[in-house]
Amino acid sequence: MSLTLSQAVVKRRGKRILGPVDLHLSTAEITIVLGPNGAGKTTLLRVLHGVERLSSGELALSKPDAQARQEQAYVFQSPIMLRRTVRANLAYPLELLGTARPIIKQKVEHWAERIGLADALERHAPRLSGGEKQKLALARALIRSPDVLFLDEPCANLDGRSTREIETLLKDAQLRGTQIVMTTHDLGQARRMASEVVFLLYGKVHERADAKAFFAKPDTQEAQAFLKGDIIE
Amino acid sequence: MNDIWAGLEAAFWLIVTLDADLVEITLRSLQVSLSALVVASLIALPFGTWLAIRRFRYRRTAIAVLNALMGLPPVVVGLIVYLLLSRSGPFGVFGLLFTPSAMIVAQVIIITPLIASITHQAMRELWAEYHDLLISLSTTKRQRIMTLIWDGRRALLTAALAGFGRAIGEVGAIMIVGGNIDHATRVLTTAIALETGKGDFALALGLGFVLIALALAVNILIHTLSRTEQEGRW
Repeated sequence: MSLTLSQAVVKRRGKRILGPVDLHLSTAEITIVLGPNGAGKTTLLRVLHGVERLSSGELALSKPDAQARQEQAYVFQSPIMLRRTVRANLAYPLELLGTARPIIKQKVEHWAERIGLADALERHAPRLSGGEKQKLALARALIRSPDVLFLDEPCANLDGRSTREIETLLKDAQLRGTQIVMTTHDLGQARRMASEVVFLLYGKVHERADAKAFFAKPDTQEAQAFLKGDIIE
Repeated sequence: MNDIWAGLEAAFWLIVTLDADLVEITLRSLQVSLSALVVASLIALPFGTWLAIRRFRYRRTAIAVLNALMGLPPVVVGLIVYLLLSRSGPFGVFGLLFTPSAMIVAQVIIITPLIASITHQAMRELWAEYHDLLISLSTTKRQRIMTLIWDGRRALLTAALAGFGRAIGEVGAIMIVGGNIDHATRVLTTAIALETGKGDFALALGLGFVLIALALAVNILIHTLSRTEQEGRW
């Protein structure tokens, strides 16, 4: 699925948060959105997913809007758990689509196994640990086999083991054809995961490049400073 | 202190001997309050949830009015319902005054804002928590409301029980519209008021203890049936 932003601007209380942004995403690869705090990374993801309205500009999708939204999924930085069991959380997106019960059961058990929560299916999801919640949120997003998966800092505050497990799940999803767009503050993770990098600064796309080229030698001074760990004002 | 002991003793004997009058007014109290609770919940639970997720022009005003209505004086409600149901009133033709139906109407008016307001508060918090997820999953409005009602059922149960507590303990309105007629509209609270007026404090206290026990029993029964405290269910 291709997503195209044209002259996209988001304003809140008169202040410009994002834009103008022109961006076209089409390949089933892993796009990492980098940038300092307040650069507009989360807003960009929310706009692409359609949960944030544009103040001006346009988001064009290659499929009809309703269909495209059903084929996208979003994982939030703080995982949102339904106040239900792990099983019910995994089943929820499929129930919304009216999927048959035997298929739901099969998929739920498959994904619980994959994220290591097979023994915790009847546990109350809000009582899981932070890492378990994030893995559950990711599995709940992937259970519909989305065309596009947006992730907003999915590994923030997670330990190395949980981070590695999530990265493995993401790479598997990408190999099965899911296009991944993800923000992160973890440059190590960006190097491990990225096919391409979108570097945001002051709400605008400052640089966009193939990951290898970006990490080897960014075009702009600001991106070089960011990679060095300098503070960008 | 003697009155309290005498009241406890009276309550004990009323219950042990299954006093016919006590059973009758207890069952009538339950009938009136539970009927009012069902009707009020059918109105208030969906309305409170709708108010939590719907944005419209006078929403804040509507919430403020709803909260203000929680403090409706029962005597005033009773008076208004009395005037509406009296023979010269607009609904006099139905002949409901001094019947349990009139008492149910008055209690519905008193407890609906309370249940709706507690529902709104609980659903507003849950909606804030779920908003991004439900939007991102492209849920329909109906799916959102059903999800909130299901996941917020514990809070909704609390709202309903708060309404029941207010209804079962209410006296002012049902005294006016029911008339406290023996074997017709007498309930526990109006009987307590009557016995206190007559100076029979022991019996009044006895009835009071029965009323408290009844309210507790209904709460415990509902919690037990809905398994609210069991891990994994909530």
